Amino acid sequence: MSTLAISQPEVIQPGRLTLLFRYLRRNKSLSIGLLILLMLVAFTVYGMLTIDVRHAYPLSVPPRQPPSAKYPLGTDFFGRDLYPAMVVGLWQTALIGVLAGGIATLIGVILGFTSAYFGGAIDSGIKGVCQILVPIPAFLIQVIIAGSLNKRDVTIYTMAFIVVLLSWMGTTLVIRSQVLSMKERQFVSVSKLSGMGDLGIIFQEIMPNLLPFIAASFVGAVFGAVFASFYLAVLGLGPLREPLLGNTIWAAQSQGAFFNGWWWWPIAPAVAMVLILGSLALINMGLDELANPRIRRTE
Amino acid sequence: MSIKKVIERLGFLVLVIWAASTITFFIPRLSPKNPIRERFNQLAMSGGFNPADLEVIIASYNAKFGLDKPLLQQYWDYVSGVARFDLGVSFNKYPRTVMQLIMDALPWSIVLLFVCTILSFILGNLMGAVAAWPRSPSWLRMLATPFVLLMGVPPVIMAVLLLFFVAFRLKFLPLGSAFSTGVIPDFTNPAFVWDVIKHQILPALALILGTMGGWVLSMRGMGITIQGEDYVLFAEHKGLGGYAIFKDYYMRNALLPQVTGLALALGTMVTSAIVIESMFGLPGLGTVLNQAIRSNDFTVIYGVVLFVTIAVASLMVLVELFYPLLDPRIRQE
Repeated sequence: MSTLAISQPEVIQPGRLTLLFRYLRRNKSLSIGLLILLMLVAFTVYGMLTIDVRHAYPLSVPPRQPPSAKYPLGTDFFGRDLYPAMVVGLWQTALIGVLAGGIATLIGVILGFTSAYFGGAIDSGIKGVCQILVPIPAFLIQVIIAGSLNKRDVTIYTMAFIVVLLSWMGTTLVIRSQVLSMKERQFVSVSKLSGMGDLGIIFQEIMPNLLPFIAASFVGAVFGAVFASFYLAVLGLGPLREPLLGNTIWAAQSQGAFFNGWWWWPIAPAVAMVLILGSLALINMGLDELANPRIRRTE
Repeated sequence: MSIKKVIERLGFLVLVIWAASTITFFIPRLSPKNPIRERFNQLAMSGGFNPADLEVIIASYNAKFGLDKPLLQQYWDYVSGVARFDLGVSFNKYPRTVMQLIMDALPWSIVLLFVCTILSFILGNLMGAVAAWPRSPSWLRMLATPFVLLMGVPPVIMAVLLLFFVAFRLKFLPLGSAFSTGVIPDFTNPAFVWDVIKHQILPALALILGTMGGWVLSMRGMGITIQGEDYVLFAEHKGLGGYAIFKDYYMRNALLPQVTGLALALGTMVTSAIVIESMFGLPGLGTVLNQAIRSNDFTVIYGVVLFVTIAVASLMVLVELFYPLLDPRIRQE
């Protein structure tokens, strides 16, 4: 008996990086969103290294200068140079977003897993609290919390804390429903039968499958946190001394910037905000596509 | 839909209102800030106060607003007040009650919100449906798809951009406030009504464009899912025309979940309207809230927040109750 040697056609498996780039080329919203985000990060990092941070605070430069070579984005009524103010503002906005979004996602994931995996009284408790809190507009409660603080106590970190307090319910409910459906899959039953512990199943079997969902809800939570802190600041509830983007718009609006012809003052933070929120929305859409293969196939 | 279900939902609504009023009651009292002292310190800074007299005034104010009673008593007074639609008296505009201030501002806010919510819902969903429908003309799809990008431009930023381009550069529309200065408010005078409408266009446009992106996006996703359904295929094979399929099979089914979305979006819509109103200086709830924040008028802040919260929660429950009328599949269960 002779063995026939069938020559296998040579398959060149592309490297991980090439695959990643190929995926990014297909998933346009994810790549455009990431590109804008990278540009913003580059602007902020370059700015932080080159500017004099003191110029982002009042009384440091001549006030009310239109954009020029010396002050590329102009200066405001209080004598801030708006270019460093934008750099610091972007940095602070990113800080609030990542901090609040991260903590909210963490709380949501922990509560969602506990609720769905253990069920029973814990589940109905967590679910009940979420359902009662969801119809209450979180922003209004945040207005009360921010308004109850002494003006001097409001910092970037308290802003993040205020935002976290009421932004974990959405993630909790999403993760909960995902874990509930995941729990019934066969691979979970198999690992249970083979004697795997609860923590092992959660971290080694269920969690890896939910990573795209968790990533998507993290980006969503960052978006929500940036949005909420921006709105609070626009109402004048932010840390008033800091050049947070919302604060700049609040200050411009209360000094009647458009009435007085200082158009550059509110425009700079508005454009920066559009870029931040736009890139986050695009990334979120792209991640949805990654997490939900049904959308992936149809496009 | 059984009576039992209705009672269950109404019970849930009462629970939500209780939770909201409890939160608005306890959060300010947990903080070290004393609203009355804060206000009088602000006044005292302008001079002319004897510190000893100040203490007497503060004590009498505390008695007047019931802030010297035990906490549980205060809590009971507050919750029972909320049940009677009594939100207390304004510190700043004493003796006007918070409810009076809200009622004066409410018609402005309701008109703005109603018009904007409806327009944004209809336009957004149409754009989304057209963007996802494979048979819509390509120029229409090209036109509709970029509206998804409006997701990244919330109403407040839309307002700044519109103010800059339309009001500041082109000088088409006024920069803010409810009507031109020096005009006598008189709603029987058509010139005045036109003036008011002109002042409302920009805020309304900001609100509509700023909230439309979400509808476009979700409707587009919904449309993509639905066009793969068997009944759409069946309708095509029956030989129905493109418009009939679009209207009766595609839109009708895709819109259903969007109505639930409308209930959920109400909160964001109201929030945005409040910030927009305070930015443009329109005489709605937003401006009442903004003035209260600026002047430390705490009963008004808490009153407005609680009022809006209750209104939004009630509307959400109402939409949920009426939803089965739209969707026969749920009615039958």
